[in-house]
Amino acid sequence: MLRVDARSLLGEMELDVQLNVQPGHCLALAGPSGAGKTSVLRIAAGLLRPDSGRVVCGEDVWLDTDRGIDVVPESRRCGYLFQEYALFPHLKVIDNVAFPLRGMRRAERRSRALALLERFDVGSLASAYPLTLSGGERQRVALARALARNPRALLLDEPLSALDARTRAAAARGLAEVLHEVEVPTLLVTHDFSEAAQLGDSVGVIDRGRVIQEGTASELAARPGSAFVADFTGAVVLTGVARPGESGLTTVDLDGGGTVVSTDHAAGPVAASVYPWEIEIEAAGARHGGSARNHLAAEVTSTTTLGNRVRVALAAGQQLAAEITQPSAERLALRPGVRVTASWKAAATRLVPL
Amino acid sequence: MSPRPWFAAVLVVAFAVALTFLTLPVVAIFVDSSPGKLIESLGDPVARDALWLSLKTTTIALLLILAIGTPAAYFLATRRFPGRALAITLVELPLVLPPAVAGIALLAAVGPTGILGGAISDAGIELVLETAGVVVALTFVASPFYVRQAQAAFSSVDRTLMEAARTLGASEARTFARIVIPAAMPSLAAGTALALGRALGEFGATLMFAGSFRGITQTVPLAIYDRFSTDFPAALALSSVLVAVSAAILLSVKLVSRVEVLGGRAPS
Repeated sequence: MLRVDARSLLGEMELDVQLNVQPGHCLALAGPSGAGKTSVLRIAAGLLRPDSGRVVCGEDVWLDTDRGIDVVPESRRCGYLFQEYALFPHLKVIDNVAFPLRGMRRAERRSRALALLERFDVGSLASAYPLTLSGGERQRVALARALARNPRALLLDEPLSALDARTRAAAARGLAEVLHEVEVPTLLVTHDFSEAAQLGDSVGVIDRGRVIQEGTASELAARPGSAFVADFTGAVVLTGVARPGESGLTTVDLDGGGTVVSTDHAAGPVAASVYPWEIEIEAAGARHGGSARNHLAAEVTSTTTLGNRVRVALAAGQQLAAEITQPSAERLALRPGVRVTASWKAAATRLVPL
Repeated sequence: MSPRPWFAAVLVVAFAVALTFLTLPVVAIFVDSSPGKLIESLGDPVARDALWLSLKTTTIALLLILAIGTPAAYFLATRRFPGRALAITLVELPLVLPPAVAGIALLAAVGPTGILGGAISDAGIELVLETAGVVVALTFVASPFYVRQAQAAFSSVDRTLMEAARTLGASEARTFARIVIPAAMPSLAAGTALALGRALGEFGATLMFAGSFRGITQTVPLAIYDRFSTDFPAALALSSVLVAVSAAILLSVKLVSRVEVLGGRAPS
């Protein structure tokens, strides 16, 4: 098990985190840039010394500021994947991977390095230099290198962000497979919630130096503990004031006009969140015959095609967004300025106090 | 948009003037000295002594500069300590010191009556009017060229590469040898060439501090000066040898860092 417990003043921000990662488990820390994600990894690896804290991996204490223990990075045996992969430009791919292998004969180092490269389908690049590689190839070489020393813990810093959109999907699948196989604790950081959801067994949302909610990705999406988490997980967040409504439901008078109802209980100022794919769009003035209890008159401000989906940005006092299929968007002839009604169920509306 | 004609003409004229001014004296050395005179002067024992002494003292000075200057430059590049900016300025000071002042300064510091003079002669070391003194003078004037360049080279090595090496099990010493030195190599080579050129041409500080005695402290520049008043053609011939050696150094540095010369992408 990897335990990271650290407090440190980083510029203006106070970092204060307590994390536990079980062997074979991947905790994905997700948060906006500047939230302190990378600092957590650097503290775990020994590249950054916090003002106070403890880092324990299995039986080994790597850092204990109270007892004056601070094990140097080279003795911690972390597999660290850097954001831009940090391959050594003057060494061939195979020598990059053989770099951490020591205490064995040259021939054995090379054959081990080659075996690792082949495991990541980049064996043919052994004698190439890193600068000639594509982003995806670099990522796999860096991963092979990070795993070469049989690390006690794996630390991944934005493993996919240096890749173009085309490569990213395939690289994410490959990385998910690797993470499934490794038996050590893995700590991954990303600014992208969907990436965290895909790669992490659990997700911790980090903001301004603190982990504000931890759970599985679906738990976080379904029950966001704060407006920030709801927003970060991709939900539409509408602010308003809650009061008890009819049939045991809660009614929220939205700032900027309109009301929505929710099955959650709350009172006073709240953030009401709903996922874009829960929102249905009908032409303005259509009859509301379905089970949806929430209907807001809105105006289309923009449409963006995301693969086979269309994300429709709407203005209805506050901003919201819906995701619908391409054929539906065509049928409704959506374009900026068109007036529509956005509908969703009370049961899909989460309320968190502000 | 193409540049205005008059501006293009200014650029061409300025370049032509600069090129002529910088190359004409060097070309003149070779034009004025006949090949026969050159060969003859190399047969002269005084010239051979001077060449041999220059080669010997420059090599020793350069080895000292590399051995001590490299770790010192790495220290300056990677450590933060109070007074660091001042230390960097002090290290660079000999760059702007007039050579004669450098010679006087060395006498005041390590000469017989200098601050450390007593300690040095107690240790049985003679510097003034000795070959060892030449080495000290060359090291003093040439080392800042290397240290400055090396410090800039080490500072520009990507810190992430150094951190990556550490997480891969390399100690700081191994990281320095295997990652930092190779990454900084083109700049280190350029710094070495600058120091070498400066040491080879050193005149003032050597003359003031070590004197000009044939076979002991008379390096090639001192021998050239010595002959200049009595045997101008011989001085010219010796000069052409020095130019040839300096040009060879410049060329070999360009070859070492040929990636940049060819306009290709230097390893980042």
